[in-house]
Amino acid sequence: MTESNFLRELHDPDVPVPEGMQSSVAVTNLRKLADTVYNWGRRNSIWPMAFGLACCAIEMIATASSRFDQARFGMEVLRASPRQADLMLVSGTVTKKMVVPIVRLYNQMSEPKYVLAMGACAIGGGPFKEGYNVVSGVDKYIPVDVYVPGCPPTPQALLWGLIKLQEKIDKQSLGNANSTPWYGRGPSDEVPVPVLGPDIVDPRQAHLLRREAEAVQAQMVQAEGEEN
Amino acid sequence: MADQSPAVETVNPVDDAINHLIEKFGAAVQRDTRDGYSGVIVDPAQLVRVGRYVRDTLNYEYLANAAAVDYLGKGDHLEMVYHTYRVSGGPALVLKAQTPREDAVLPSLVPVWPGANFQEREAWDLMGIRFDGHPNLKRILMWEGFAGHPLRKDWKEAYYEQDQKPFDSRWPGGQVSRSEEHNAYGKNVKYPDGFTLDDYESLAEKAIYDTMPLGVDVSADISTDRVVVSLGPQHPSTHGVFRMVAAIEGETIRGLEPVMGYLHRNHEKIGERNTFLQNMPFTDRLDYFCSLSNNLGYALGVEQLMAHGARWEAPSRRAEAIRVLMVELTRILNHLVAIGFMLNDLGAYFTPLMYAIIERELILDFFEAVTGSRMMCNYMRFGGVAADLPASLRSTANQVNDRVREFDTMQYLRELIHDRLPRAVDQTDQLLTTNEIVTSRCIDVGILSKEDAIAYSAAGPVLRASGVPYDIRRAEPYSLYPELEFDVAVRYHGDIYDRYLIRLDEMRQSLRILKQILPILEETKGQSFFSGRGGIYSPRVPAGESYGRAENPKGELGYYIVSDGGQNPWRYHVRAPSFINLTALEQMSKGNKIADVVAILGSIDIVLGELDR
Ligand code: SF4
Repeated sequence: MTESNFLRELHDPDVPVPEGMQSSVAVTNLRKLADTVYNWGRRNSIWPMAFGLACCAIEMIATASSRFDQARFGMEVLRASPRQADLMLVSGTVTKKMVVPIVRLYNQMSEPKYVLAMGACAIGGGPFKEGYNVVSGVDKYIPVDVYVPGCPPTPQALLWGLIKLQEKIDKQSLGNANSTPWYGRGPSDEVPVPVLGPDIVDPRQAHLLRREAEAVQAQMVQAEGEEN
Repeated sequence: MADQSPAVETVNPVDDAINHLIEKFGAAVQRDTRDGYSGVIVDPAQLVRVGRYVRDTLNYEYLANAAAVDYLGKGDHLEMVYHTYRVSGGPALVLKAQTPREDAVLPSLVPVWPGANFQEREAWDLMGIRFDGHPNLKRILMWEGFAGHPLRKDWKEAYYEQDQKPFDSRWPGGQVSRSEEHNAYGKNVKYPDGFTLDDYESLAEKAIYDTMPLGVDVSADISTDRVVVSLGPQHPSTHGVFRMVAAIEGETIRGLEPVMGYLHRNHEKIGERNTFLQNMPFTDRLDYFCSLSNNLGYALGVEQLMAHGARWEAPSRRAEAIRVLMVELTRILNHLVAIGFMLNDLGAYFTPLMYAIIERELILDFFEAVTGSRMMCNYMRFGGVAADLPASLRSTANQVNDRVREFDTMQYLRELIHDRLPRAVDQTDQLLTTNEIVTSRCIDVGILSKEDAIAYSAAGPVLRASGVPYDIRRAEPYSLYPELEFDVAVRYHGDIYDRYLIRLDEMRQSLRILKQILPILEETKGQSFFSGRGGIYSPRVPAGESYGRAENPKGELGYYIVSDGGQNPWRYHVRAPSFINLTALEQMSKGNKIADVVAILGSIDIVLGELDR
């Protein structure tokens, strides 16, 4: 954000400021000041987690390197530890085997945290959707903030996604517990970690499993009854 | 006497070898007489003995590929196919062993060729063939406890629609539907009847740690605890989602097991449902740095089959020249980036990689102009390539400044090949080769001996850095390589340093090849780049088997393809160099420090898309 943009953003439109001073003076209220300064700081220092899944990760690296220069957005500090990261770039195919660590990593990230699904695979399984080890979209397990389509998305597209994320951050307000829940209600609930059983199991669907198992049993009983 | 034809020497060494085998083993070895097939079918009871004989007496000491095929409805057996080669070059001696689908068992060939280790585990995991005598037979790509062996023809996944593409639900005129809506869980899952989560204990992690040597070793006077640590799948050193479980004593590695499958995307299962041509874009996503070389390997495999069919025309000279151009540029790109990543692993966080990526971008500009995509090029076709080189392209490769401008394509290539890339290679050489940290971390670390390299089926730079001058471009030449002048790079110490140096050597050789390609491109300008009729989307591929292999930057990339004459391959197996090179990882790492393992892994140069497929 340029300086004058920043002031314009900050300024309360109800308060008149003399013509000649508009470029250097902004009158605002405390909440708006807090929001703007707070979001300005966050949007320009997002630390993504250093974590690449598949082909898309290579374009992610290309985005971080000199030609496309992610550092322009204050996002070049890749952290290997989820504890230090604000943004999980899900860059590639999410497999059933991999979604377990992904959910764990997501749970370990500290709030506020964001997820960007990069590429067709992370969005919905992509070219490998029908595969037996492929999760059809990371949003089946963890919430996603921005989707960037492509296979792989070009670095330009990824940058677009990152800008969208910045726009989202700009709209969050400290006064609104719905948009910044980490200040309101304490940490959000952990996502239950999937279990690697005969196939991947989402613990949130345990009741569905039980229902299906009971249905199978009922069918068997019925079939037996018919035989007799 | 005069009318007797002179005794013809057997020209084909493989025929010779087969005759030897039949003579020696009698009925236990039979020629594979199916139409379009080659090699011999070996009685499983004799398989290990035959293997030893093939290795020691017939000198086919290199096991390149071991793949399983399910012949459901075509004899109803499972078949293991082994491709063995002489390291002095020449075609393959193919061994096959069959076993019934129920209770499938074969003897393990790991005692003969340790390089079969992971491949047999894969066959157990995906096809359900049990290998007697295998040292560590457990699942490798899927997790322990997974239900079923997914590559069997009668195994259907949760989102299964039909055996062949295009699916009726998509085209033509189909109603598009989302697979999620047909599944009770809304996800890509299915469970055995009656499965619930109550009291369920997952085996996936337990199975990995079970075989690791744990505990305190008190035999020596003072000893540290043995600790098992897991590196990955999310770890900055593992190049993606690879994982190593290492048993360490202090800092020293005592045992190490690669754990993979975190990017297992079911390439082969999906590939058997695609038409032959539909697989081309999927091959892009194997080794995603080298999509064009992957394309070439697959094209070679299918072309081998198509060559038996009617109306087949080999690719034109221009097509071959373009192919070699693309593949060699890819090799340079890959090696530059590989060295960058390796330096990352040595602790030079990202700086060398940045230098590599600058050059990579210039090559990608060219790829994008020709193929339409930066990374996933999908460019080769059976019988040529998809498009001719464009007249001009936009890029920044300018000696004077970095402004984007329009280049004549040939001029751009000349500048790239004669000036820009040689400088980049020299610069890498100058900055790194004598760097003190590089030399002290790399020399004499992670040694793989010549014998081990062959036994473990290592390929590509890893094999050649161990003193084996084996390069498929020379050993079993394809495309234009026979007429091109270049040397097979070879180094003799087999340590990390040599694996680094050999990549520099190979880049220089690639530049040499590229310089010879430029005049051929000029001279073939205007010729056709595709030999078939325009726009054949479903080529007719005669029944039979083929093994197409290409010297990829990472090693031998092979495609074992079985066709039954239909629209899609009956079996489509990828011999991935990254996967098989890792078989030797434990051997290289044992006794080294844990920090060195990271460097060793970097020097093998793996890429996960290909490793896990
Ligand atoms: S979206 Fe395409 S490029 Fe990205 S991970 Fe998936 S297959 Fe690879």
